[in-house]
Amino acid sequence: MALSSNFWIWIAAILTLAIYSFLYKDNPFYKFAEYLLVGISIGYGISVYWHNTIITKVFNPLVYDKNFLVLIPLLLGLLMFSRFFKNVAYLSRIPIAFVVGAGTGLSVPSSFEFLFKQVYATMPTKLDIGIIIIVIGVISTLIYFFFSLEHKGFVGRVSRVGITFIMVAFGAAFGYTIMARVSLFIGRIQFLLSDWLGIIK
Amino acid sequence: MKSKILFFIFILLSFFFIFSQNLTQTDQKLFTPVDSTVLKNFIVRDVGNDDGTRIEVFCNFPFDGKNFTLKLYRKESGDSNFKMLKTIKSFPFKIVDEGLFSDKKYEYYISFVDSMGGESEKCIINQPISPKPDLFKTDKTILLLMIIIYTVVIILLVESVRKGKELFVRKISGLDTLDEAVGRATEMGRPVLYVPGSSTMSDIATIASLNILGPVAKKIAEYETKLIVPNRDPIVMTVAKEVVKESYSEAGRPDAYNDNDIFFLTDSQFGYAAAVSGIMTREKPATNLLLGMFWAESLIMAEAGNTTGAIQIAGTDAVTQLPFFITSCDYTIIGEELYAASAYLSREPLLLGTLKAQDYFKGLIIIILTLYFLILIISLITGGNITILKNIMEFLRFIFKS
Repeated sequence: MALSSNFWIWIAAILTLAIYSFLYKDNPFYKFAEYLLVGISIGYGISVYWHNTIITKVFNPLVYDKNFLVLIPLLLGLLMFSRFFKNVAYLSRIPIAFVVGAGTGLSVPSSFEFLFKQVYATMPTKLDIGIIIIVIGVISTLIYFFFSLEHKGFVGRVSRVGITFIMVAFGAAFGYTIMARVSLFIGRIQFLLSDWLGIIK
Repeated sequence: MKSKILFFIFILLSFFFIFSQNLTQTDQKLFTPVDSTVLKNFIVRDVGNDDGTRIEVFCNFPFDGKNFTLKLYRKESGDSNFKMLKTIKSFPFKIVDEGLFSDKKYEYYISFVDSMGGESEKCIINQPISPKPDLFKTDKTILLLMIIIYTVVIILLVESVRKGKELFVRKISGLDTLDEAVGRATEMGRPVLYVPGSSTMSDIATIASLNILGPVAKKIAEYETKLIVPNRDPIVMTVAKEVVKESYSEAGRPDAYNDNDIFFLTDSQFGYAAAVSGIMTREKPATNLLLGMFWAESLIMAEAGNTTGAIQIAGTDAVTQLPFFITSCDYTIIGEELYAASAYLSREPLLLGTLKAQDYFKGLIIIILTLYFLILIISLITGGNITILKNIMEFLRFIFKS
């Protein structure tokens, strides 16, 4: 057993244990690690926004490239601060409306494109058992998400087939993700036992 | 004197070393001439239907590439630097050069490398060319038509609802329990925690979640219960504040609205998960509503909420996260049910009309897929001899290929 002499490995190990202590119950060590993570991530986030957005996308184009178009998003961004002043707080709705409108508008064609791709992929040129399962699964799942009809009678039976397909897919996804999480856990344990405590090599 | 001799030897050795290096470099450049007729087989052209950032280079001539490889270079007009793009070993080939600028001109060069490693001179294969941006993607015309038809259907349905037409929406089990969940929190004197997901305002799931937050906040205001909304995105937080404030006003309880209950935590994914888990264990909300877009943090939050004994209703359109919600929450709103939820709860004509339009399109897709499948079966039984069936299938595939 060769304990690590690296200060930062000790910090990482102690914080790892502090986070894992939540498995027992909420405690001061977990609280400390949580607050530290939240605080550091906010600080780091601000510095990233400052350098990657304010400097790179606003200051540099405005000062060096004389690109005055950036004044429009800059103004929209500044309007968000109007929330601090009650008299003009309503102005903050302009950038919000812009973001929501742009986001929704952009997602319309991409959603349609995604839908088209899925429908195209369900149009086979030959038949085998796999393709039959895919087509039945797609149609029955679509019927499950049909909100205009009560799930009774024929529609009810087909939608039950649909939800069965959905659950099979979820089961597979669950197992796959759990395996990935277990592998992450193994990584942490290896760090504690190898890098920190030096028990295993 | 001794040091001067040593310095002289050093200078001599240095010259010898540099000179020998230059000799080696010169020896390596074994130029062999390239037949100009060969160059005609290489075509360089702008890639259409894009934003002017791509040029494609291709060669359809079936060279025998066993004894040589080909190196493709790119050079900006007026620049002296060559950038090696790719080493090509098999023919014919097609390469799409991406990340270019429409205001610059590009020249492409090739060179042949023989099996001994000798490289021929670089030969230009095109006139300087700029990638052109296109205003309209012609290959997406059918998609545009579909969007227009869909929009018209929505407008017609919204108008019919406004005129008083009743539109039926089936029961969505997770949403029917919302009343019960909020009532439980009121009885227990504990808050309701609403997590609007981890994504930004440009995500449809976040917009759907904030649409649900409206009626939920209204109900909470009516019951005079505390509502906590932690956020990962500052713009989502601002919108959430507006939504909740408006709902409290609609419920006639603007005085009960507390601006500090809707707050920003951090934009770090796991920092947010850790903080929400902390809120769940410390504030002990009676009801946790996890609605929106979630990634890997979904299980952390849902499990933390589960251990506190809160009633949990979760919903997302992230297929990979739904299994975790199903296993650790009391009710799960699956995928599109999340979009339907806001219409179901608010009964607003605009949302109901949209929901109905979605249903009609789903019905259309079900009909098209069933029809296609039946035609395929008949076509396979008849040995594919009926031309009209083939044409119908090709037409349907053509529509959705765009």
